[in-house]
Amino acid sequence: MRFEVNGEPLDTEPAPGQVLRTLLREHGHTEVKKGCDAGDCGACTVLLDGRPTHSCLVPAYRAEGRSVTTVRGDDERIARVQKAFVDAAAFQCGFCTAGFVTTVAGNDIQADDDTARRLKGNLCRCTGYRSICDAVAGRTNIAPPKEGQDAGRPLRAPAAERIVTGHESFTLDVPASQLAHVAVLGSPHPHARIVRIDAKAAREQGGVLAVLTHEDSPATLFSTARHESRLDDPDDTRVLDPVLRFRGQRVAVVVAETLRDAERARALIEVEYEVLPAVFDPEDARRAGSPLVHGDKGPEARISEAGRNVVAQMHDEMGDVTAALAAAAHRAGGTYRTSRVAHASLETHATRGWLDDDGRLVLRTSTQVPYLVRDEIAHIFALDPKQVRVLTGRVGGGFGGKQELLTEDVVALAVLTTGRAVQYEMTRTDEFTIVPTRHPVRVEVELGADDDGVLTAMRIDVLNNTGAYGNHGPGVMFHGVSESMAVYRCANKRVDAESVYTHTLPSGAFRGYGLGQVIFAIESAMDDLAREVGIDPFELRRRNVVVPGDRLLVTDPDEVGDLDINSYGLDQCLDLAQRALADTSDEAPPGARIGEGMAVAMIATIAPRGHYAEASVRLLDDGRYEANVGTTEFGNGTTTVHGQLVATALGTTADRVVIRQSDTDVTGYDTGAFGSAGVVVAGLALHRAALQLRGKILAAAAALHQHPSDEPRTWDGISLSSTGAGDIPLTAIAAAAGSLVGHGNHDGTPRSVAFNVHAFRVAVHPGTGEVTILRSVQAVDAGVVLNPEQLRGQVEGGTGQAIGTALFEEVRLDDEGRVLNPSFRGYHVPQMADLPRTEVYFAATSDDLGPLGAKSMSEAPYNPVAPALANAVRDALGVRPTELPMTADRLWRLARSVGT
Amino acid sequence: MDLTALNRIRVARSCADLGLSATSAPLAGGTWLFSEPQPELRELVDLTSMGWAPVEVHDDVLTIAATCTIRELVELAPITGWASQHLVQRCARSLVASEKIWDWATVGGNIALALPAGAMTSLAVALDATAVVWTPDGGERRQAVKDLVTGVRTTTLGPDEVLRSIEIDRATLAQPAAFGRVALTKEGRSGVIVVGRRTPDALVLTVTAGVTRPHRLGLTADPNPDDVARAVAAIDDWYDDPHGAPDWRAAMAGRLAERIRQELA
Repeated sequence: MRFEVNGEPLDTEPAPGQVLRTLLREHGHTEVKKGCDAGDCGACTVLLDGRPTHSCLVPAYRAEGRSVTTVRGDDERIARVQKAFVDAAAFQCGFCTAGFVTTVAGNDIQADDDTARRLKGNLCRCTGYRSICDAVAGRTNIAPPKEGQDAGRPLRAPAAERIVTGHESFTLDVPASQLAHVAVLGSPHPHARIVRIDAKAAREQGGVLAVLTHEDSPATLFSTARHESRLDDPDDTRVLDPVLRFRGQRVAVVVAETLRDAERARALIEVEYEVLPAVFDPEDARRAGSPLVHGDKGPEARISEAGRNVVAQMHDEMGDVTAALAAAAHRAGGTYRTSRVAHASLETHATRGWLDDDGRLVLRTSTQVPYLVRDEIAHIFALDPKQVRVLTGRVGGGFGGKQELLTEDVVALAVLTTGRAVQYEMTRTDEFTIVPTRHPVRVEVELGADDDGVLTAMRIDVLNNTGAYGNHGPGVMFHGVSESMAVYRCANKRVDAESVYTHTLPSGAFRGYGLGQVIFAIESAMDDLAREVGIDPFELRRRNVVVPGDRLLVTDPDEVGDLDINSYGLDQCLDLAQRALADTSDEAPPGARIGEGMAVAMIATIAPRGHYAEASVRLLDDGRYEANVGTTEFGNGTTTVHGQLVATALGTTADRVVIRQSDTDVTGYDTGAFGSAGVVVAGLALHRAALQLRGKILAAAAALHQHPSDEPRTWDGISLSSTGAGDIPLTAIAAAAGSLVGHGNHDGTPRSVAFNVHAFRVAVHPGTGEVTILRSVQAVDAGVVLNPEQLRGQVEGGTGQAIGTALFEEVRLDDEGRVLNPSFRGYHVPQMADLPRTEVYFAATSDDLGPLGAKSMSEAPYNPVAPALANAVRDALGVRPTELPMTADRLWRLARSVGT
Repeated sequence: MDLTALNRIRVARSCADLGLSATSAPLAGGTWLFSEPQPELRELVDLTSMGWAPVEVHDDVLTIAATCTIRELVELAPITGWASQHLVQRCARSLVASEKIWDWATVGGNIALALPAGAMTSLAVALDATAVVWTPDGGERRQAVKDLVTGVRTTTLGPDEVLRSIEIDRATLAQPAAFGRVALTKEGRSGVIVVGRRTPDALVLTVTAGVTRPHRLGLTADPNPDDVARAVAAIDDWYDDPHGAPDWRAAMAGRLAERIRQELA
């Protein structure tokens, strides 16, 4: 068949059942993304004869004789929208951008009351949509670079132009020849032992290179979770295991010339299973006699109590909580539940692997942690880490979901077995059924206070369902009960927490890392306590939160750690949010009840027990700079800030800094982009490298002026600009001094804390349960703000995800562990129509530890949102929602239960 | 997504090309077929090349071809005497998918798919449409769309039958109608759709989306709120899925039905 793509003729023959999306990608049009492959997300939108079309739904043969325009096409409408998206900074990871641009351009979508409905077929998981609305409205949110002053300015992301034109390479967007593909057969049972696998028919299928089973798998146990220390997580996982512990767990891997060959062969594999008893509820799981998920593991697996399905636990108290509760003038508390939430990054997990000319295993993967993946792959396959290179392209969203090793091990096994270049790309269904989710958590809270509302006792009992594998199970549990409790001054505190295995899909790392769930519970109880005491909830917080000089204690009064208040803006955040909420000019829909609510959150700026980064900056011959840093860019905006930090230190502009990143060949080491560490760890290392280079450049300049080169200090007064040091051009310095490089590193300690306060005014219709958000305000203490537009974007994005968690997102399982809604159609990710505009305020603080006084702020904005919203709903309805999500049907039932 | 189990897609140009079997399926817009894996299917038969006129206006009936796209129906010029033509846009906008699929998705495909939230089923049943079904012997049979859709993803269509068109009496089109929809989220999948139509001697309510199959509630010409509530309460197959709990759907249907009663009073 013949058709036209961006004006060029294309002659090709699609496979039966092939859609336009994959045909276009096969021919190099990697700007056409796969977000869902089901017509729900819009990432693959192209113009077909000028009409915006989900190219994943169109059988390819229907394009015959027609013309396709992708986001790379030469089209005046598209060019106009592209510029608007750059000017508005209307993307974070950028994976959805091509589809938004083609849809807005092709349908001529304007900023009006109908915008959100007309864009309901385009999902963005990062931004919260405000910036996209700004792009549609033609607003400009960025400013140009300014020599030596870029830190603090709203610069655009270095990749902006490439993102909007579809030229930025995500994980699978690089050309490859002779690429083999993987299809994975998943378990049909929640708990079973493989008795026999007959793969003869599959192996005999045309195009099949290998069918791999547990017999081909390394026996090394590991965890899919990756941390600085591999001992943080239990070793309970094999690449392919003869025991299956949740539905969908890998049974066999087919490697074939094409994905079509691999999938057709997969259907021919016959497996005999011994079905074993299973447990799905975490309360049941820790009862005596319950089926054991990892009963076969010994102490070397680092499972707290495998005989009770408990992967991690904490039972600790300071003071005397029972006595304090008994003596309290006021008490509040309850039992709260949160749901299983999917990350829903628009780019699914994927890895492409091959052997390079030196025989090294190379993995190009969608990960937040390339160095940690390299080290663990070397461990699993008994390779020297030098024999493994891991790199990323731009990653299409992470949110913690890519702090896991989920596709890399399969590809490594396939490459090492076949010697071929191999690709494993997860489907959207995989993302909902086998990729770890946010932990569902049950929290009991009891609070006691004196007459004035000063806390005298805090007790929480936490039960985390970590699913079939313990990846992030301990970390999420310990982190969840940490800053949530430590933000309050209280002499008597008790924490009981357990993270429990069940035969369900694993839970893992997700923005906030356990804090969101526990903060939902504690802040809900604090809201009830304010009612008990009879004071305003803002005032209750002011009387109880930590203040400068306080130590940050959970349950150990003698705790000596590396976490302290090195800057403090919680007081400002409370004032800013309360002041914004005082404006009640918004209008409520008729028949609805109005309510207000707020909540606070604290978070450590860096994950505990070490987070390392090495970075370097080099002066290039042309007077620009090359920055080498390990951090992955997945919409976190770190790359922009890294450029700003380097430019400011070297007196230049960020557009003169070339950043090489996220490749184990580029720099020595980087723990990775999680725990919001991209700015405060890697950024600090890079800033130090830039400052060291600055000294070297000035010294070299001094030498050129025949000043003694050991007295660079005499040059302190000389300004370093984008062109030179004093009157000596940078190009002359580079030519004379050879390769000038500055090095910097950071070990991630000591650590500081950041704060967030969210407040809502809502209207809840008791007759339908519908929640209308009238006002959404978040005040954040992020220290010195290095890029206000990006920071606003992080706060809005976190808020948007949290509103989804609070109001409608839930991966639903039946009582046999089967996921009931494994698609965007069944699992509702916030659309543009669902999210309000959130007002974002910044506290004016400067941190002693972070680069130029900055603190981390990517995970944190998520944490106070759900409780603030629940508190507002409680205020409106007069009855407390204790379970997330607060869907309309649940709130309708709640309102009826009290006859409102 | 690529349907890798398929061996072929046949383009049908006449009745003789249809020849459907247990492992083949008719293909219209493809917006659902290509949105999920179809491991049981080996063949698709493309109906869009049959050349069926999307919409035919006859003296007594309006015929909408199964292959008429949502776009063609939404952008149809006003038809004289069709008092309820506004329902077309309301129903189209109730589809969970974006407007972009209107260019491809078809009226017949949406009905034959028989999803509770199939908004073309809502439209057809609300307007008392009759399905025209081609049978494998070369004949055709007629059945009310209300009865053609029997449950979640089930219809009376045999594996070798093809939905050819739906027909609506022009007298029915002349009757005033009102539309109500509730969903858990603003643009999310419909929780309940209630459409009311006033005939000379009755108020006819059609309930879809919240039930496993379309329901028709026949009321007197001037029912009171209790009559409406009783009729809605008699429905006993409220659908349970992530888009709304059964008790909430029942209550929302009651609210919508009462609002429509007032609107058409």
